[in-house]
Order: sequence, then structure tokens, then C-alpha cells
Amino acid sequence: MHHRYDVLVVGAGGAGLMAALYAAKGNVSVACISKLYPTRSHTGAAQGGIGAALGNVQEDHWEWHMFDTVKGGDYLTDQDAAEVFSKDIIDAVYELEHMGLPFSRTPDGKIAQRKFGGHTRDFGKAAVERSCYAKDRTGHMILQTLYQQNVKAGTTFFNEFHVTDLLIEDGRCRGLVAYELSTGELHTFHAKAVILAAGGYGRVFKITSNALTLTGDLMSIYYRKGLPLEDMEFYQFHPTGLAKLGILVTEGIRGEGGILRNDSGERFMERYAPTIKDLAPRDIVSRSIITEIREGRGVGRDKDAVNIDLTHLPREVIEGKLAEITDLARTYLGMDPVKDLVPIQPTAHYAMGGIPTDLNGLCLSDGNGGSVEGLYAAGEQACVSLHGANRLGTNSLGDLVVFGRRAGIYAAQYARQVEFPDMPENPQRESVDLFDRLRNSSGKDNAAAIRKELQESMMNNVGIFRNGPDMEKQVGIVQELKARYANVGVSDPSRRYNSELIEAMELGFMLDCAEAMTASALNRTESRGAHDREDYTTRDDENWLKHTMAYKDLNREGQVQIGYKPVSLKGFTRAFEPKPRVY
Amino acid sequence: MTQTHAPTSAAPVSASVPMIQLKVKVLRFDPEKDKKAHWTTYDVEAQASDRVLDVINHIKWYMEPSLTFRRSCMHGICGSDAMLINGRNRLACKTLVRDVAKSGGTITVEPIRGLKVEKDLLVDMEPFFDSYKAIMPYFINESPAPAAERIQSEEEAERMAHSSNCILCACCTTSCPIFWVNGSYLGPAAIVQAHRFIFDTRDEATQQRLGIMNQNTGVWRCRTAYNCTEACPRDIPITQLIEEVKRAVMYGQA
Repeated sequence: MHHRYDVLVVGAGGAGLMAALYAAKGNVSVACISKLYPTRSHTGAAQGGIGAALGNVQEDHWEWHMFDTVKGGDYLTDQDAAEVFSKDIIDAVYELEHMGLPFSRTPDGKIAQRKFGGHTRDFGKAAVERSCYAKDRTGHMILQTLYQQNVKAGTTFFNEFHVTDLLIEDGRCRGLVAYELSTGELHTFHAKAVILAAGGYGRVFKITSNALTLTGDLMSIYYRKGLPLEDMEFYQFHPTGLAKLGILVTEGIRGEGGILRNDSGERFMERYAPTIKDLAPRDIVSRSIITEIREGRGVGRDKDAVNIDLTHLPREVIEGKLAEITDLARTYLGMDPVKDLVPIQPTAHYAMGGIPTDLNGLCLSDGNGGSVEGLYAAGEQACVSLHGANRLGTNSLGDLVVFGRRAGIYAAQYARQVEFPDMPENPQRESVDLFDRLRNSSGKDNAAAIRKELQESMMNNVGIFRNGPDMEKQVGIVQELKARYANVGVSDPSRRYNSELIEAMELGFMLDCAEAMTASALNRTESRGAHDREDYTTRDDENWLKHTMAYKDLNREGQVQIGYKPVSLKGFTRAFEPKPRVY
Repeated sequence: MTQTHAPTSAAPVSASVPMIQLKVKVLRFDPEKDKKAHWTTYDVEAQASDRVLDVINHIKWYMEPSLTFRRSCMHGICGSDAMLINGRNRLACKTLVRDVAKSGGTITVEPIRGLKVEKDLLVDMEPFFDSYKAIMPYFINESPAPAAERIQSEEEAERMAHSSNCILCACCTTSCPIFWVNGSYLGPAAIVQAHRFIFDTRDEATQQRLGIMNQNTGVWRCRTAYNCTEACPRDIPITQLIEEVKRAVMYGQA
């Protein structure tokens, strides 16, 4: 089947839904394509809040938020993006409220705000209440609210459609091809502009807070075209995932006063971040937890976790403001945070890197200002780069609404000015080949077994602490897994709802993301933000204050070419000099 | 038909964790080749703390690749994996093995009822979302917005605490005996969504929604069977919310 829309949005999480709303306001025809029903998107799993300097609880300013974002990103954050963001997010949060989002409230009826890791007043003096929240289900409420507004606006959705290829020729995006799960049919979508907002790829790791569907599909498709992925070495491990399961436990628990404790009950964060303690940014807290575990002060049967202690908080705070994580602890661990210490361990959570974009969401094709005409990206999929080397808690939800909105506005503006581009001769060729290979392979390799090996080896070799030899080993492992992947056969021949075929395709996408990530991490010989090397333990601004651009070598399978892109060290009105990062 | 499989854990294991033996009986149906649904039993080994979804994933990944179901988040927030497990509607990712079976026991898994089965455990969700869309599930306030937020008290915000917690998984609607016999009934999930807006002090379309609730597909179809409340994986007191909507319809105001 053939479709034609001015603007196509891929992904129906926060960024995609915001982009779709704003593109439609730009008076163009819009459709949104998603591999899930929109309300199943993983934006819904975000808990703790969306940071904005509203100042509803304590004095706050966008400049302080900008500073925290830049420092939190270990100065790899592009400061022009941080300035746009810190200003825009204030109006964006009010806009969400005007869309009906049921925020929790202060006693005087304003949007409630609480403390969160790395968010401070007066350029680092003390923690500040900046996270606007709806209990501990803020992401759920953002996803529901944005979907509701799209229902109101009459947005066209193609649900349970998997994008298999982007149609890019002569530096211009012309549309895409997608596979309809319910029929097994390929659809060609012709478009003036395409916005990619399909989320991250956390499933390359064994312990992750990410949904099974987060397999980096669009990042991989972009990368397969020889286009770059930016800063893939920067991957965030959230400090508090439920032990063994990796299910997210919001940083809001520490914002509300929860304390991390080791096996002797010590509040160990006092040693690592004396000023803001448990409210240090995530990279620092995750490393501190792993250090405690490595030095034998872990808890649990395998001594591979630490405890989060909420028992000193009033029951109504725990069951009210933290209802979601109370339910999770009770359901999965049989523990009650009102009276029990809850074991947690770091969990793979968020990709700082992704498809490089400018401030308007336009996708970049190199590190020298080249771009792909008509192609935009936003949200976790994209790297603008707001988060630099480490994202602050709450800034992902902020990123979705601010840069999802901008991508929608600018994609529509572009679409209004241009005619439909010509389509390639045979747009479905690559997609047909992809499925033919999977369906007709006589190989006996099991996709699930390869996936499991990928997840375990990535966790071990490219996890929180990294070193050259382990990552070199991982380069080889990924190459070997890719070779085995070529022998994966799909045994289910059916056309309708063939989820075995989809899972096999997704594994191919994950292997690409892992390849780009490992090569980028091995290449960067310093420690910065979430990228922490045991063999290069300090930040090296002289050589490494630059973004990585990883390109697939289209002539040599399994090889990655590394390029660079300068960091924007100035905002439009403010600039913060790189300084040692202490909390 | 019974299939057996060499024991492998469904989830990460540490050596000391005891494994238990299970029979998982799945109601399967592929309209491309089956005339009617049929049971297939799989012998698996699992930990008591595994999610039922871990076990079903294991069957798909290592035993029966064509087994079809929806899933995504794995922790009860996306609402994809509502199934009839041991005769009760639940989310497979929020149900632990130990809650439904002992070692040597059987877990039965069927698609949720009242919606057309497309393949195995996967049903057609369109009618469910059509009912959702019928209640105007979006905030309406056409008066000019203030520069900052609209003011709402903590108590007023708390009125939406239960209804806004819904994840649209359909556990409630597909456990409702009225819905089973009359698919035009909007069902508990849609009424919960209506409640979320009817009792939002900032919303201006209360009367329109009360009108929709008062139609013969609306709230009066409810016979307070309580199945919905028992089925809800988010512990929403659905029957109580439906009663509150009935009262609002009766008095013409929230």
C-alpha cells in the first residue's frame, strides 16, 4: 500500500506525540506510525517528574537549571541547547497543565515540585525543588495527556506498524517503509518531512529499566545508511533499579528524603558527594553503589545490591507521593517500603547519544554542519546534545516536550515550503530483502540465545566501569554475534502477527547499536560523565571536549569509523566554563 | 498436545535459587490454520519469583516461536499483556509464578474475553479504544489560559488520583459480564476515563460527558458485578467510581 502525508512521525511516546500535535498546528497533513499502541510507549514508565524553574516551592531561575544541566553533562552538553531548553521548559510545563495534566499540587494550588539529583539553587549551593510531578507517575500522565490531545486533534495513527527502512536519496528524506504487524504487508509512506521519535535501545543490556520494545530500530536504520550516531558511548545507568529485575525506582524517593545504605547501614553517599549526598547525579551515584558492592559492602544473597531506606518517612508520603514504587516493591519483592529496606542495583536506563540533530531537530549527516534535508529527530532517539555525558533526572521528560515540539514546528514549516520529493524507483527493495533473508535463512541459530549473549556481554564489558581490554573483547564478541545472526532462521511462516519475525529483525538493530556504542566507548580514552574508564580515570578537556560521531564502514562489515563534532561551549546569553565536577 | 523442553530458566538465576516445575497450558488459535481454539501444554522450569510473562517469553524464545501475545514494559505500566491467567484477568508481567502455582502445578493462560481473538493471546483492541474515544477522553477548557498554571487545590487534584491511574489494559472491561453479552456497552474502562474528566474541576465539558454516560450504552448498564474492581491491576476501585458517575448523572452535576 502507498500513503502520502506532508509530515510523518515515527514513534508515539512523549516526543512523537508532541511533534505530531505541533506539526498538525502548522497546517500540514500528519500521520504517526508506532510499533505499539501509543499508550503502551515507554514514556509512561517515567516516574519522578519534569524539571522546570517555576519557583513554586523555592526561588529558582532558568540560568540555574541551565548550569545544572551543563555541569550534570560533564560539560559535553551543548550550551545553546541547554539555554533553549531551560527557558522553553517553563512554558512547556504550563502548556501540559493547560492540556489538563493532573499535576500534584502545592498547598496554594500550584504545580507541586520536589528535589531531584543534580538540580541545585545558586549554581550548586544546595538542592532545589525543581521537579514538577504527578505523584510518581509523571511519565504516565504526560503520555496519557498527550495521547488525549492527539485524539482531540484527530491525529491519524498507524499502530503496530514497524518501520523497516528510511528512504533517503541525494541527501533528502523522501519517506519510509513500514511493516504492518496484523497483515504482514509492507506499506510505503511518501512524505515531505519525517520526524524520528522512537526512543532508545536499553535492551542491549541484561539489567535494564527499558521495555522489551526498545531495540534502537531507527538509530540502526540511520546508521546503516552510513550516517553518524553521536556520543553512543554515553549511556546512563540509573542507580536504583529493583534488585535482579532492573525495574525503575524513581529518583523521587531520594528527592523525598530516601537514603541509600550499605550492608552496615552506613549512608555511604556522604563519602562520595558531601554536599548533596544521595541527590548527586546518576552517574556518580551508580558508580558509588558499584564501588560499595565491589568492596564487599553489598546486601542480598549475592551481595550485589544496596538498600534504599524510606522507613523514616511518614506512611502518607510513601503511599501517596510514591505510590507507584510502593506497589512495585510490594508486587515484585514482597517488601513494604513503609517498614522494609528495599534492595536496589543500577539498571541500564537512558541513551544520552543518538541521531545527531541541530536545535530545530534537523538530522545531521556529519560533524561539519551537513544535514539530511526533510529528516528530523527528537527525544531519546536524538542527540541534540542536551544531556552531554550524563543526563540529569527529569530532563528526559523535559527534552521530549521541548524538542518534540520544536521538531514538529520546524518539520511542518519545511513541509509547507516544498513539494513532495521524487520517490526512489523501488522503495521497498531493501525491506523486502531484509525479510527475505530472515524468512528464507536455513540457519538454525536462535535469536533469543544470541540476544541473551549480547545483553550479558554488553553488561560485563561496556557497563558502568569500562576498560580497554574488556571493550576490545566486546568488539570481537559483537562481530561474532553478528556473524551468527546471519544464520538466524524464522520458523513461523505465517504472515499475520508474526512476532518471531519482528523479534529477529529487532535483534539486528540491537547488534548495530551495540557495535556503534562499543567502538565509540573504546575510542574515547578519558573518563567523563557516564563513560568511566579504569584505564583513563580523569576527564581530559584538552583532547576530548568533543562529540563522537560513529559511522558504519559500508565497505568493511563490522568496522566503525569515528569522527568528531565540536561542543557548543556558549549559550545565546550565558556560558559556563568547564570546571572540575564536584558535588 | 504436550511439548516438553530441557529445563532452562526464564529469568536471570543465581545458582542457589530453587527452581520449580510447571505445566503451562495455553489456549492457542491461529485463524490461518485452526478451525477452533485448542489447548497446548508446555513443561517448563521457573523460579517462584518469575513473572508469568517471563515464563511465556521463555516458551516463545526457546520452545514455540509462533506463540503470539502483546508485551512491552515488563512491569505493569504499559498495559499490553492483559490475559486470563488461571481464570482471572491479570497482567502477565505483574503476576508472579508463586501467586498462581506451586511446584508441579499448572498455570492456564487464555486471551481476555469479549474481544475478537486475532492469534493466540492477542485480541482486537479496536472496539475497546473506540469506546474510550466515545467519552471525549481529553481535557476541555476553552476559556483563555492564564500565563502560569490553572489553580487547583490538593483535595481537588486528589479526586482524579484513582481514575487517572488507568493504563487502558482492558482487564476490567473484558471481565465484565454485561460487556460479554452486549459489546455496545462502553464498559468500565471508558467510564473510569469519563470519571477522570467529569471530576476534574478545571474541565468545562461535564454536562456533555454526563449526557454520554446517560445514554443506553452508558453507565446504567452496570449491574455492579464487581468483576472490574477485582480485575484491575492498578487497584482502582472501579465499581465505586462508576457509582460516583451514576450519582453525578442523576443529580446533573459532578
